[in-house]
Amino acid sequence: MALLELRNLTRRFGNLTAIDNVSLSVEAGEFFTLLGPSGCGKTTILRMIAGFDLPDGGEILLDGKDIAATPPEKRPLHTVFQSYALFPHLSVADNVAFPLRMSKVSEQETRQRVKEMLETVHLADKSDAFPHELSGGQKQRVALARGLVNKPRLLLLDEPLGALDHKLREEMQIELINLQRNVGVTFVFVTHSQPEALALSHRIAVMNEGRVEQMDSPANIYSRPSNRFVADFIGDINMMNAQIDVVDGMQLRLSVAGLGAIVAPAHIETSTGQAGAFAIRPEQVVIGAPDEHAELANRFSGTLRDFLYVGDVTTYKVEVTNGTLIQALLPNAAPGKARFFELGDKVTVAWSSESGMFLHE
Amino acid sequence: MWFAALLVYLFLYLPLTVVVIYSFNDSRLNAEWVGFTWRWYEVLFQDEEMIQAAVNSILIAVGASFIATLLGTMAGIAIHRYKLKALPFLVITPVAMPEILLGVSLLLFFIQVLHLTLGLLSVLVAHITFCVGFVAIVVRARLAGMDESIFEAARDLGATPWQTFRLVTLPLILPAVIAGALMSFTLSIDDFVITFFTAGVGVSTLPLQIYSMIKIAVTPEVNAVSTLLMLVTLGMILLAARFDKTVLRGQE
Repeated sequence: MALLELRNLTRRFGNLTAIDNVSLSVEAGEFFTLLGPSGCGKTTILRMIAGFDLPDGGEILLDGKDIAATPPEKRPLHTVFQSYALFPHLSVADNVAFPLRMSKVSEQETRQRVKEMLETVHLADKSDAFPHELSGGQKQRVALARGLVNKPRLLLLDEPLGALDHKLREEMQIELINLQRNVGVTFVFVTHSQPEALALSHRIAVMNEGRVEQMDSPANIYSRPSNRFVADFIGDINMMNAQIDVVDGMQLRLSVAGLGAIVAPAHIETSTGQAGAFAIRPEQVVIGAPDEHAELANRFSGTLRDFLYVGDVTTYKVEVTNGTLIQALLPNAAPGKARFFELGDKVTVAWSSESGMFLHE
Repeated sequence: MWFAALLVYLFLYLPLTVVVIYSFNDSRLNAEWVGFTWRWYEVLFQDEEMIQAAVNSILIAVGASFIATLLGTMAGIAIHRYKLKALPFLVITPVAMPEILLGVSLLLFFIQVLHLTLGLLSVLVAHITFCVGFVAIVVRARLAGMDESIFEAARDLGATPWQTFRLVTLPLILPAVIAGALMSFTLSIDDFVITFFTAGVGVSTLPLQIYSMIKIAVTPEVNAVSTLLMLVTLGMILLAARFDKTVLRGQE
């Protein structure tokens, strides 16, 4: 049985349906992420799980029991807020001790567990400090310690890394993964940052306009997006309107207006004549001189319009015959590929018949 | 610039200073400085009417500030939480209303509607009405600067609504609550207009007593009692400002 299950969850604000019939389940021990642009409803779902907001329809099951009518303080789960929400009048130790005191754990055990928890988050020396004396990263760790100390069944995290600067954010991501692995608590994580979601999660639910667009592992979300929204939202992708001319076993022959035929793998249920999009990640596209890459099934000539050199990789933008700009991302250190082109050069962009995918409308 | 400021401060404080100085003047008249004396303070502390008035004033100020703080704190929290447009307006209006209007309407209300005999009770109720708004404003200003998720975090971590109030909300707004109580005390202890309308004949407070005395002449005894009243008020305001900066600044 899943630890947490949402069944047909719906929430309306006036005329707006913020959450539209969402069903999903989270297994015990999982690091589950709700990912989507702001306003997609991910935080509303989190607030309903925590008990700060009530659904208009559907069920929230924790260990198989509907908790919709349970007040927040009776739910065996804790939340880490985006603003940390530390109690400013309490010391770090008293902040962390708060949930233990609320559930009437003895004072001796409380002190012991607070001490252990603060050691786990590397803040043992800050136990007497007050929240205003801490840095952003330290506040974040206190919030995590406070959320985990009473061993909740579930920890909800609402964009917890949103307020940290880039470097600290990457450090905290690694700490978060380790922490989740060590304490074994199930995490439900909300973020709008797709690199963060890909880096941290066991599974991701990609949300848009109150609905779940796709729910899968990070690798599958990235390499097998189920529709145009997911493909576009996760990472960079080249996308062109395309039609299926021939379905040949595991291979598709597509036609793209003004460009020509493309051979692509068939990942999803398709039939001849369907219209949709051909999508391919920039790192699957190579760039070369007009006579290069003859071995690849899909080759198109074009003109180099733009490139962005960022040290380890270079992104090239090539305008092909139908006016589309195709992006190719190439590592600069790859042997034989370290050849640079000038703007306006005639080049070839190419990819194999195993790369890219067809997406329904 | 500093000269203009100096003029303003002189304008504000010179009359008060004169009162304080003459309260130590060894003469029946406020005309010229004769010499230093504590005599008027001795007279003051033997004046039974004056002492009765002072006791009344303190009883009313303590009672009114206590009850107004309770009600005002609740009102401040309610205004903050429910975001109703009419609520702040309703609570704060008595603060902005001309005192004479409030005095007359309370008088009519007590006599015509409640058929109450004017006395300590009517003064107490009247003082509560104009103090509640002050407390509500200070408490609300304190809450407005706070992160809402702190209160949700308390519930989330296992606190009931009452525990959340007791362990999180109250400690955080306490400076404002204490400041509001001290403000109420000073407002109540030196109120004249509203007290004048609602006290009736049998009851006197310090400001009423001072007024009845200067109808004859401004005696040094009046200077002495005014000085004491000034000291108490000043002390309370400074104390209030120590607890909550919004008292002196108006806004955080």
